[in-house]
Amino acid sequence: MTYDESTAKLLAKDAAEIFARYPVRRSALLPLLHLVQSVDGYVSPDGIQFCAEQLDLSSAEVSAVATFYTQYKRRPNGEYQLGVCTNTLCAVMGGDEIWRQLSERVGVGHDETTADGKISLERLECNAGCDYAPVMMVNWEFFDNMTPESALQLVDDILAGKDLVPTRGADKVVSFKEASRVLAGFDDGRADEGVSAGRPSLAGLDKAKEQGWKGQDT
Amino acid sequence: MEGAGHVTQLTPVLSATWGLEHSWNFDTYRAHGGYEAATKALAMDQADIIQAVKDSGLRGRGGAGFPTGMKWGFLPADDGGPRYLVVNADESEPGACKDMPTMMAAPHTLIEGVVITSFAIGCDHAFIYVRGEVIHVYRRLMKAVAEAYDNGWLGTNIKGTGFNLDVTVHAGAGAYICGEETALLDSLEGRRGQPRLKPPFPAVAGLYARPTVVNNVESIASVPSIINHGVDWFTSMGTDKSKGMGLFSLSGHVNRPGQYEAPLGITPRELLEMAGGIRDGHTLKFWTPGGSSTPIFTDDHLDVPLDYESVGAAGSMLGTRSLQIFDDTTCVVRAVERWTEFYKHESCGKCTPCREGTYWLDLIMRRLETGRGTMADIQQLLDTCDSIAGRAFCALGDAATAPVISSVTLFREEYERHVTEGGCPFDPAASALFDYDSAPEEAHA
Repeated sequence: MTYDESTAKLLAKDAAEIFARYPVRRSALLPLLHLVQSVDGYVSPDGIQFCAEQLDLSSAEVSAVATFYTQYKRRPNGEYQLGVCTNTLCAVMGGDEIWRQLSERVGVGHDETTADGKISLERLECNAGCDYAPVMMVNWEFFDNMTPESALQLVDDILAGKDLVPTRGADKVVSFKEASRVLAGFDDGRADEGVSAGRPSLAGLDKAKEQGWKGQDT
Repeated sequence: MEGAGHVTQLTPVLSATWGLEHSWNFDTYRAHGGYEAATKALAMDQADIIQAVKDSGLRGRGGAGFPTGMKWGFLPADDGGPRYLVVNADESEPGACKDMPTMMAAPHTLIEGVVITSFAIGCDHAFIYVRGEVIHVYRRLMKAVAEAYDNGWLGTNIKGTGFNLDVTVHAGAGAYICGEETALLDSLEGRRGQPRLKPPFPAVAGLYARPTVVNNVESIASVPSIINHGVDWFTSMGTDKSKGMGLFSLSGHVNRPGQYEAPLGITPRELLEMAGGIRDGHTLKFWTPGGSSTPIFTDDHLDVPLDYESVGAAGSMLGTRSLQIFDDTTCVVRAVERWTEFYKHESCGKCTPCREGTYWLDLIMRRLETGRGTMADIQQLLDTCDSIAGRAFCALGDAATAPVISSVTLFREEYERHVTEGGCPFDPAASALFDYDSAPEEAHA
């Protein structure tokens, strides 16, 4: 184990908190992997070793799990993870072109990171926002109804050091490491930020109101 | 359903509060009748709650449509050990986008459903397995759980009844297969998300090999409304064997894509009209009734009532009621090629028919879409599907064949054009929702 003493101590404290959520210790492995990713920006050899020691598993057993899931990165990830949905619906609505222009601009391909460590690009599978197609995700926040222009603007803003504001999410996009910590189950106090729902989520509700439909009498 | 001329009205129940300011907060939810069903349920006999859900005819809203109350009823008699409720919030089916807005805007609907269900089945620790790629949904869920503890709806001796319940919200890490209930359980146990052999079914040996109920978000979120308004109210909506309301998700080339909560049995024609129709100047070409895993339909199927039986009888599946709608500019080969790539990517690798079959389907689809295919490839697609469907370990393999077989059946001529014309006859720019010039150069792949 090569984490310095203070990091190791903090990690152990967080791990204990994670273990308390489950009746069986091994269930903590996925959150633990998000946790080490929040420290190193990827699932590092140190991180794998840490999880293995905490759970009394071999590092091979931990790696076998880590490599199964696409959110665990095997190389240092960028501060901003820009994902473009290129599953059928979003791709056809324009996701393919967004991806082409974004990839050309940033100069890296799928699952690659810029040399300065700022931006990683990823072609995403369906992210459950189809009624907002074409969809992008930045550090797992929703960016809805995207165009090539709005996608390239994200890159400009990142390079200019500006905050990114998701369509349906927190007031600003937190860093990849900070997002990983939330996914490990550690509250960052941002749940009350942002909207309840975007317009498409309310489309049926709007229609019912417009028609004076009260729903099934209750 | 009633005869011609009848207009089906939308029935917002789960979505009723989504437009409110801070709709996700406990106080907002409570002010609109939240936790009244839980209050009622905690005073009921457990068996009566299960019976009510059985009588309501509620069927699993995650795609399979298995009767929810019956699933609960499969749990063996209490042996004194733990039993679990696991909510499947891994919504990842291409086209499905209903559970995420539910949990983002009204997470307490789900938490209240978890309280009632857990009480009914005798569970004192429930889990919500939410996909990891939606951080704000996860934040809202965690907050709702914390608020439920603060207000005495979770924890020990809930509302003085002696009932104890803890809820753990667990983030996945990116794997479509974890939406399969046994793969989800393996993942929740800290393993690779690969499906388990059934039997034993989760009801007998699920999480940690203990009796477990796995239900979709919308199924559990529907429970409070049934307890609140009664079985008769619920069964007054829907069709003979498909009762109640459900969220219908319209996406793609329609003027107002979004969530439309309606009685099961509403027709796609009605939904399309409510959504403002196909985008101007275009016509409907093909659509999925229940996500990419359900055989595609065309405008010949616009009057098929969207209930389990009718969609099944017409040759597809109701699935997750995810209507992905494509107009006449869309190349069906391109669309299916991309879905096929998805299934290849998400195949867990456990069984050979799916792992190898999706690999070959993807290769052949890609060859055809890029104009390098042959007429024999079209038959090869169907033959390869024959080697997957019914032979794979779980439903993912069958799902991968659904768009391929249905598109070849309905649009064989279009496949052939890709061969005879040596390329895709469609301009992708015409399908996009913004203007751009089709660029000649290849993107970084």
